[in-house]
Amino acid sequence: MRLYADSTKCSGCRACLVACSLNLFQENNPKKAALNLIPHFPDPGVFEMKVCTQCGECAEACPTGAIHQDERGVYYVAFDECTLCETCVPACPEGVMFVRTELANTAWKCNLCSDCVKVCGTDVLRIAE
Amino acid sequence: MNGYADTIVRVDLTTGKVSKEPTPDKLKMDFIGGRGFGAYYLFSEVPAKTEPLSPANKVIISTGPLSGLMIPGAGKMDWTTKSPLTGGYASSSLGGMMTAELKYAGIDSLIIEGKSEKPVYLFIENDKIEIRDAAQFWGKGCFEVEQEMKHLFGEEFQIAVIGPGGENGVLFGSVNHDYGRQAGRGGIGTVLGYKKLKAIAVHGTNEIKVADLEAYRKAGMDLFKACKDAEGLKPWQSYGTTIVTSWCDEVGALPTRNYTSGSFEGGKTLYGPVMRDQIVITDKGCFGCPSPCGKYSHMKKYNTRVEGPEYETIGMLGSNLGISNIEDVAEANRLCDDLGIDTISTGSVIGWAIECYEKGILTKEQTDGMELKFGDPEMVLTMIKKIAKREGLGDLLSQGVKKAAKKIGKGSEKFAIHVKGMEQSAYATHAATAMLLAYMTCDVGAHHNRAWAITYDLQVGRAKVTPEKVEKVIWFQNFRPMFDVFGSCRLQWVELSIDRDLYCPALEAITGVHRDWKELEKVGERIWNLTRLYWLREVEGFDRNWDMPPERFYTEPPTSGATKGQITKLADVNILLDMYYDQRGWTHEGAPTPETLSRLGISEFAL
Repeated sequence: MRLYADSTKCSGCRACLVACSLNLFQENNPKKAALNLIPHFPDPGVFEMKVCTQCGECAEACPTGAIHQDERGVYYVAFDECTLCETCVPACPEGVMFVRTELANTAWKCNLCSDCVKVCGTDVLRIAE
Repeated sequence: MNGYADTIVRVDLTTGKVSKEPTPDKLKMDFIGGRGFGAYYLFSEVPAKTEPLSPANKVIISTGPLSGLMIPGAGKMDWTTKSPLTGGYASSSLGGMMTAELKYAGIDSLIIEGKSEKPVYLFIENDKIEIRDAAQFWGKGCFEVEQEMKHLFGEEFQIAVIGPGGENGVLFGSVNHDYGRQAGRGGIGTVLGYKKLKAIAVHGTNEIKVADLEAYRKAGMDLFKACKDAEGLKPWQSYGTTIVTSWCDEVGALPTRNYTSGSFEGGKTLYGPVMRDQIVITDKGCFGCPSPCGKYSHMKKYNTRVEGPEYETIGMLGSNLGISNIEDVAEANRLCDDLGIDTISTGSVIGWAIECYEKGILTKEQTDGMELKFGDPEMVLTMIKKIAKREGLGDLLSQGVKKAAKKIGKGSEKFAIHVKGMEQSAYATHAATAMLLAYMTCDVGAHHNRAWAITYDLQVGRAKVTPEKVEKVIWFQNFRPMFDVFGSCRLQWVELSIDRDLYCPALEAITGVHRDWKELEKVGERIWNLTRLYWLREVEGFDRNWDMPPERFYTEPPTSGATKGQITKLADVNILLDMYYDQRGWTHEGAPTPETLSRLGISEFAL
């Protein structure tokens, strides 16, 4: 099970980002979201949405074993086990493994909570096998 | 109180001083945020009779308690100043990402004071606030500056920028943001241009605290669910505001050739589905918006891109100028945005100039040898550039239709389509009495968004002059601007018809203060009365004449279209106004009575 994104439907509104930060960190802060919205403006004028595919490359790379799988097979970061070594960041093929030490004392990624899907008004996001 | 960043930042461009103060609790209670904060600070701090283009005028930029949060359309920011176009109150709402970014930077309101000697821009990154030299950006178009700043500072920065129009003193200079969003009306960009403030770049990474996190998440999710379940969602997502173009044309509300008609024979090629099919490439939403009205377009004819055109721009730069090709309208839109001038005022003032030329009031000597006629996109594109540069006839037109008509005279005042000096936005009101009254009494001049009563006119009988119609206009004026106060968008309520009661638990969970709509509407009424007092204070001899509509709407019935032969009588205009004043608790010269001010708790502002 993973998140899928159809960038052609994305209007760049960032509702998903604030919903994500609320679930991951119980905070309103779209800079602490686990989706990566990349606007390409003014030319060509499209949005690109990058999401976690649950490929597991991050867990493979993590030297301390801080990235675990839950009962659904979803990879998540155990915040208290992360040492901020950042090995996971370049390992992620989609650019959705985040470390920003000025914002959080842990790496973070999508835990497939589905709140982003719930607030997306244009059906960009969906969860499927 | 939660839901606020709890900081007001003042930037004095004369001294270069930046200071912070806590957001006053009383202000949060009485005026809530956004437009309420703007009206309060303008009235309280800008001395009476201040010249709009002088260091004493201020620009107050405000978020609201919902801004940037998980609430549908939480992306609205209020820009308030004393208008150089009208000489009265100006407040314009900016969509996009700016309001969220400013709040995440820890700022509720930003108050721009004084005047810089040289061009500057404001750089804000959380606590770091700097006034920086803008020599490299001055004179450049809005798109170029935004792009350059994003390259310099990073994609996460949000940029608001003025164009050459505001720099050069065009009285309807706009503020541009996010490649296509504007605080367009009333000349906010002109005041910033006078102050030599080219741009504001903001980056915020703080969190915003709310009072009850779980209740807020539930209330926010309930609001999103209501939007997603709404029947109107799909068509609105497809067409945005252009969904009304065809309807306006059919019912005779589409401004055509300087409002001589409300239906346009070339209108069909401007309709929403045609635009969607021919030029729209991406839907573009403001912060947190499930129903994006922004349509990002590519004009093959010009190989250019623009966000838009929105309905108002289609009306004013399209049918109002006799132009039927959507690509031409979109290109005119792009030029206005890049040069930083309001599309609505621009369309109106060019329409007026064409009519002057047709009537022999303006001659070729005054038009720099140009033939002015309806249906000529090339002339319109040239004229937009002349207005922004204030070159030739463009200099006259840059002062807005009221001042231009006063200068030219010869009866041209009769077809200068404005109220209080603000050009009327895109609804023809020959035969729509509630919408006419809405324009007459709107707090910034003839703007539609406070009371969009045109569909109500059609529902209950467009020519009717009844107390119920007046009551509806007043209700709209008290209620609709509350979204500008919250820092969110009204269109989820207007267009998706979601239950407005869903907002109350959200507001309560965020701020920790319980308020129902009855109380919230009273805040709206308080602000409405305060801005009325502002007009009375600022304009010598302000009376009911300032609430009168353009003469055309009670003297010249359209000779074609759906409203052919229909007109509102002058006697009915006066009846509407008297009923309005009575219901508002104002004198018949348009002044709130002491009892009204007392009832609303704003006696301290009495003149």
